[in-house]
Amino acid sequence: MSTPDAPLLVAEGLSKRYGQRIGCADVSLGIHEGEVVAVVGESGSGKSTLLGLLSTQLLPDAGNVRYRMRSGDERNLFALGEAERRFLLRTDWGFVHQDARLGLRMGVSAGGNVGERLMAVGWRHYGRIRAEAENWLERVEIARERIDDCPSAFSGGMRQRLQIAKNMVTRPRLIFMDEPTGGLDVSVQARLLDLIRSFVGDYGLAAVIVTHDLAVARLLSHRIIVMRHGRVIETGLTDQVLDDPREPYTQLLVASVLQV
Amino acid sequence: MSDAAHYNFAYLDEQTKRMIRRALLKAVAIPGYQVPFASREMPMPYGWGTGGVQVTASVLGPDDILKVIDQGADDTTNAVSIRKFFERTAGIATTTHTRDATVIQTRHRIPEAPLKEGQILVYQVPIPEPLRFLEPRETETRRQHALEDYGLMHVKLYEDIARHGHIATTYAYPVKVDDRYIMDPSPTPKFDNPKMDMCPALQLFGAGREKRIYALPPYTKVVSLDFEDHPFERTKFDRGCELCGAEGIYLDEVVTDDRGGCMYVCSDTDYCEGRRAAPHAAAPPIREARR
Repeated sequence: MSTPDAPLLVAEGLSKRYGQRIGCADVSLGIHEGEVVAVVGESGSGKSTLLGLLSTQLLPDAGNVRYRMRSGDERNLFALGEAERRFLLRTDWGFVHQDARLGLRMGVSAGGNVGERLMAVGWRHYGRIRAEAENWLERVEIARERIDDCPSAFSGGMRQRLQIAKNMVTRPRLIFMDEPTGGLDVSVQARLLDLIRSFVGDYGLAAVIVTHDLAVARLLSHRIIVMRHGRVIETGLTDQVLDDPREPYTQLLVASVLQV
Repeated sequence: MSDAAHYNFAYLDEQTKRMIRRALLKAVAIPGYQVPFASREMPMPYGWGTGGVQVTASVLGPDDILKVIDQGADDTTNAVSIRKFFERTAGIATTTHTRDATVIQTRHRIPEAPLKEGQILVYQVPIPEPLRFLEPRETETRRQHALEDYGLMHVKLYEDIARHGHIATTYAYPVKVDDRYIMDPSPTPKFDNPKMDMCPALQLFGAGREKRIYALPPYTKVVSLDFEDHPFERTKFDRGCELCGAEGIYLDEVVTDDRGGCMYVCSDTDYCEGRRAAPHAAAPPIREARR
């Protein structure tokens, strides 16, 4: 049924409450192949809740998310079986956490971390798994000889790059990122952003990036969604929204960026 | 009056045995699946085989002949005390001969003599979950078993090769049962893994502290996990037993003095004694311990 122009992922009327509090209310959006969407807003605006809902890690109180599988079928994600959902999560999707410890096994070597997804989809040849892991470590600029080191011995920037390699190894079509550059110094941030940008370009990767850093949004994203109090208050092309914000809150947000 | 008269047969009350038998039936029906059970306090500390003892107590009948081994030996503390425990509480016959036993409780070994139909091998299991050291959450490991989501298990073997150049796991070597569940064969040496495959005897596993029972019905397929380019290899010894001369069996290192002297002998004491007693065994004379 789908045409090439149809979005990869469509969310409709997503709502999530935490008791009396609103996590996110009536959010609808579509993400196309190769498109990078940034979700911005201050702390507590519902960015992470939205990411959790889109990536099926949280269940919504209302609304649904549809996804076009590699087979071309469009599926309601919340109607998928657990096994199918997990398979999707570790093959067609990626998730990069702000805290690398959530996304990596800190006691397992870099090679083992990257190889895990391959072994999960049935790779059983040590030599080939290792070669593929080396290949991806190189692409994220981690030296080959670090392949047997544990991420606990890596710097913050290396851990984030390792997380990306771990996710990219199965060639996902969609990757979710929660503040991927949070807590990194600016030069390390710049390298990481370069890397993400090149992967988006090289592999036609679609991405949803949650960030409070408007500079990151400007550099990486095609489209931007501004959230406040759990609602989407403004959305549009990144340059348009950042250069000419319509909503007073967005204007405030843009004006609050420190100029160097 | 014998001590057995003071106890219900085999120590446990009948309701408890019934509960354990139900768990055992389920375990046999789903080979390799860990069945939770209401493990009881036993008059011995956790780690000394409380799980195995409860399983043994539940399957024993008055006509059974029990053998208990610890690391292959019939004469170690754990084996002797569990054997005495059942002599006292069940009044049953015991033996050290593998071929005569109907129930064999074991810690860490499978006897060298082939097991036969009708025999039951009961394993004492400390940690039943093969994924535990990689994934500490029980909720998550249960889900991984349910969904056959076993990529993680190979991560462990990958790490072994990355660090040591070969799969360095030598005991508690993970197996896949009946093409479905991944199972921890208890801390038996990997040398014994091939004996589990298509074994004619019923194999029962009891973990008392962790409150889990699992089983391998007779003639169940048991495959040790590996990589295509690093296949499973049984432990090999480059020597034979220094007492009976047997080769191709599992050896124990016995320290003989405080100057580094040691000798290598069968870990299975019954097997070793049987060979030395048999006239055709042609055992070599016992040599001076090497220095």
